Amino acid sequence: MAKNAPSDQLKIQTQGIVNPMKASEAPASNKTSSKASATRAPRETAESMASKQKEIAVSEFFAKNRHLLGFDNPRKALLTTVKEAVDNALDACEEAGILPEIWIKIEALNGGSKSPAPAPAEKPGKKKKDDQPSLIEAAGTDGAQTVAPSISNATRFRVTVRDNGPGIVRAQIPNVFGRLLYGSKFHRLRMSRGQQGIGISAAGMYGLLTTGQSVQIVSRTGKKKPAHRFELQIDTLKNRAEIIVDQEVASWTIENLPYAEGGPEGQEMDHGTEVAITLEAKFQRGRASVDEYLEQTAIANPHAFIHWIAPDGITRDFPREVQEVPPSPEAIKPHPYGVELGVLIRMLKETDHKHLGAFLQEEFSRVSSKVAKEICEKAGLSTNTWCTQVAREEADRLHAAIQNTKIIAPPTDCLVPIGPQQILKGLLKEIKAEFYTAETREPAVYRGNPFQIEVGIAYGGNLPVEDQARVIRFANRVPLLYQPSACCITKSVIDTNWRNYGLSQPRSGQPEGPLIIFVHMASVWVPFTSESKEAIADYDEIRKEIKLAIQECGRKLNTYIRRRQRIAREGQRRHIFEKYIGEVVMACGKMTTVDAKKLYAQLQEVAKARTATADVQFDEDGNPIKPTPNAGRLEGDENVVVIESAVSDAAEAATEEILEPETDDPKPTRKNAKAKSKGSKSQQDLFADSEAA
Amino acid sequence: MATKTKKHADTAKKLENMAQVVVKFAKAKEDPGFDIPSRTLSNARFDEKKKIITMGQSVQRRNFFNLGQAKKFMQTMLIASGCKELADQAKSTSIRDMYYHTKHTIEGTSENTFDDQSESDPIIEDLEVAITSLREELGLFAENRGAMVGPMTLVDNGDTIDLTRMGSGGWAVPSIVEEDIIQFKKHSAKYILLIEKGAVWNRFNQDRFWEKEKCIIIHGQGQPPRGVRRLMYRLHNELKLPVFVLTDNDPWGYYIYSVVKQGSINLAFESQRMAVPAARFIGMSSFDVERFGINKTVTIKLTDEDTRRAKEIMNYPWFKNKKDWQKEIQKMLQTQVKLELEALSSKDFSFITETYLPEKLKKKQWLD
Repeated sequence: MAKNAPSDQLKIQTQGIVNPMKASEAPASNKTSSKASATRAPRETAESMASKQKEIAVSEFFAKNRHLLGFDNPRKALLTTVKEAVDNALDACEEAGILPEIWIKIEALNGGSKSPAPAPAEKPGKKKKDDQPSLIEAAGTDGAQTVAPSISNATRFRVTVRDNGPGIVRAQIPNVFGRLLYGSKFHRLRMSRGQQGIGISAAGMYGLLTTGQSVQIVSRTGKKKPAHRFELQIDTLKNRAEIIVDQEVASWTIENLPYAEGGPEGQEMDHGTEVAITLEAKFQRGRASVDEYLEQTAIANPHAFIHWIAPDGITRDFPREVQEVPPSPEAIKPHPYGVELGVLIRMLKETDHKHLGAFLQEEFSRVSSKVAKEICEKAGLSTNTWCTQVAREEADRLHAAIQNTKIIAPPTDCLVPIGPQQILKGLLKEIKAEFYTAETREPAVYRGNPFQIEVGIAYGGNLPVEDQARVIRFANRVPLLYQPSACCITKSVIDTNWRNYGLSQPRSGQPEGPLIIFVHMASVWVPFTSESKEAIADYDEIRKEIKLAIQECGRKLNTYIRRRQRIAREGQRRHIFEKYIGEVVMACGKMTTVDAKKLYAQLQEVAKARTATADVQFDEDGNPIKPTPNAGRLEGDENVVVIESAVSDAAEAATEEILEPETDDPKPTRKNAKAKSKGSKSQQDLFADSEAA
Repeated sequence: MATKTKKHADTAKKLENMAQVVVKFAKAKEDPGFDIPSRTLSNARFDEKKKIITMGQSVQRRNFFNLGQAKKFMQTMLIASGCKELADQAKSTSIRDMYYHTKHTIEGTSENTFDDQSESDPIIEDLEVAITSLREELGLFAENRGAMVGPMTLVDNGDTIDLTRMGSGGWAVPSIVEEDIIQFKKHSAKYILLIEKGAVWNRFNQDRFWEKEKCIIIHGQGQPPRGVRRLMYRLHNELKLPVFVLTDNDPWGYYIYSVVKQGSINLAFESQRMAVPAARFIGMSSFDVERFGINKTVTIKLTDEDTRRAKEIMNYPWFKNKKDWQKEIQKMLQTQVKLELEALSSKDFSFITETYLPEKLKKKQWLD
């Protein structure tokens, strides 16, 4: 691996990378012209074609099919870049048992306007080291950075993400950031955010393709070790990193990025990784934006401290609410039920075990010698069959035999759910609502992969009453922002009957009301519908679990909504009583000598006491409940949080429509009498004395 | 009646007590309320001995801090305070007046204390039973309804009235006919005839039936109001005059007779001062069609409602044990026709006064 690449190689390499992309556009234009003059193109021969047939590097394939990785358009490219970097940072921190602190900074490098914008992230109070720019800025070669750009017109951005993770050893930095499909995560079945090891290097490659700028990395693994600074480019043909710069850095400090309450500015970063990617992008706020991604990340990761510096200079901190690092999940071997035929054949080819029995027992989870024997017998093979001698048809039989053999479900201790308490903390800190509840289901299994569903609900408060409920989706703590309609989570939400829980819901639609529905799927292998990890595939087992978790939360929400209604109704009752108190006091005053003010106050007191208890005597099932005001079954449920002060008037107004006037009066209603009196000699008339009319 | 009597003072005291109850409850931090005897069919009893309908023991609690009763409680207090004012000033007024007197918009809202007189009238009845003060004692009266003529002289509010010289309209029966307002003087009447309809009463007056027969004729325009019933009660009890009731031949007519005789369910508490158990039903009977050879064309077919009502009346405890009444109603149900008093005019305009009634009285064709 080259240590220090000569600087002129940068230019050569840049051209070499930009070209394939242009080449990809060229055939398209050829195609249209060839249609117009079809006869002109010379016919190919098998030999001439053979000369063009060659291996395609994985990185080259992705360079041409970048939409598969979430780089469809400039806006999404920005989000994907942030997302991959943050996901990696969180994974790294958690694996090392470090409470994550992450800085995200996006700078616009160009733009239509030349008017100077305030230098991002440099708050007046902290701006003291102007003469010593950050390492990355110092290394930057793009002159455009000195121009303050207008954000909305900007097309070129630099994304910098820094974490306080364990760092990456120098030798691995080029591999991790410079090669596609290189990582620690693909070869194991373990719950983590990243799965394939494509993400961050793909983002770097995208940056290189669109701006020609190399990926800049600073990493340090410990206090006593030096920090390393790299500049990397990806050779798409060889799927290898080209090292442009490889330096040892004497001092790596927290600068120009805000820091947590912990350390003062200028403090040495003992360990961590910073990656900066310059790319063509578009910055926008709103739905499916970096803001939304970070907000949701903060909800699902309340143990992380996230600092966010937007290109318009607006900074936002997502503080840490949970002081423990989630336990590190165990890796597991694949369960036989989840293995596809092709994978099985490949595993047979690659295994170190000689005999089939040992292969089944050792390479898979939950296969005992007895089960291995049963599988082999059903396939017409022996446990002593040599793995290398299993033919294609035999593998087919083996695959079928696995499906027909009873094997216990995979172990589920490999899953680390967020946990209801943590979800509540995440929701509480990012969403201003009045009612929160969360539920973590027991682990379940789809296609041999263990998974676990968690659902949280936030209701009321400042959430918009008129709108559709918002569904926020997570897979292994990562927010899913695109393709909601293709996602199993959205389908499960629509599939649930929310009318049972006191909400309105249009036919085959999401519920409406001041509601946010949080759904998290934790699994060793989340079945995404595409490589860009935007939607969860629709498995029956997954949908069932999601619905059950939603229902559990829904029932609690229902109890709460009904209680709210009851309280609103009580308020209304009190209002009615108070309205009449004045009249009664006045009437009493005319009949006898009374202290009107005193009587008024006394009656009001009685009214208050009556309305506080009158309605709470029975719950919705008709069971008498504790006489303490507001006591309900939600009390004592640690998975429910109610913020009384957040209860909005709007919510009460919304419930008022549902209110029905109570009729405690057992007398025959006057309405009846009136209606009947129209008939000349009806029964009511016969009974009524004529003078009453 | 501008002078304050003991009655006024009693009433005022009772009303003041109501206010005191509220004050007392409020002081004890309790929900103010009072018991109101139920004015429902289930709480009406037939007193076999006295032969009148009386009110049972069941009461209904009216509380302030009960959502279904709060407004009624407030209204009851308003009416009570209005009545207290009347008693203090020794005045009386109409129930419609009281409705307007107590109707206003509740401060700070768009809600009215009362929206319709049909709301305040039952409240007045509630108040009557709650403090056992009759409407008359509360100083309230209804619109005058009903008229009376006959060989009799009485004093009405100080004016001496000769009931033989009342012209075609007769003397309008006031709503309140208590002794302090109406005093009977001399008379030569032998009985009282209550006629259901004003139009038929006009025929009797025009034909000077009362002169020939020496009787008092009175009508209440349908179901007689409390004033007419109370007056008949007084005439019957003070002057020992028998009462005869002449109504249409239909279930409604039977019920008018029933109310005169036993009292009504709604005002069961007033029965003992209004019901005349000795009253007799002189007509029209279902048998009269045959007795007087009345043309079938003037009969009216019973409606389903009529049939239902007739069966119901048949089962009233006070009709159940009376063979004649069972026969009478059975006959109506059997022939399935009813008859208006005016149907007798098919014979002759004055058939009812000259032939029908004298003959029935002579032959004692009445029901008891």
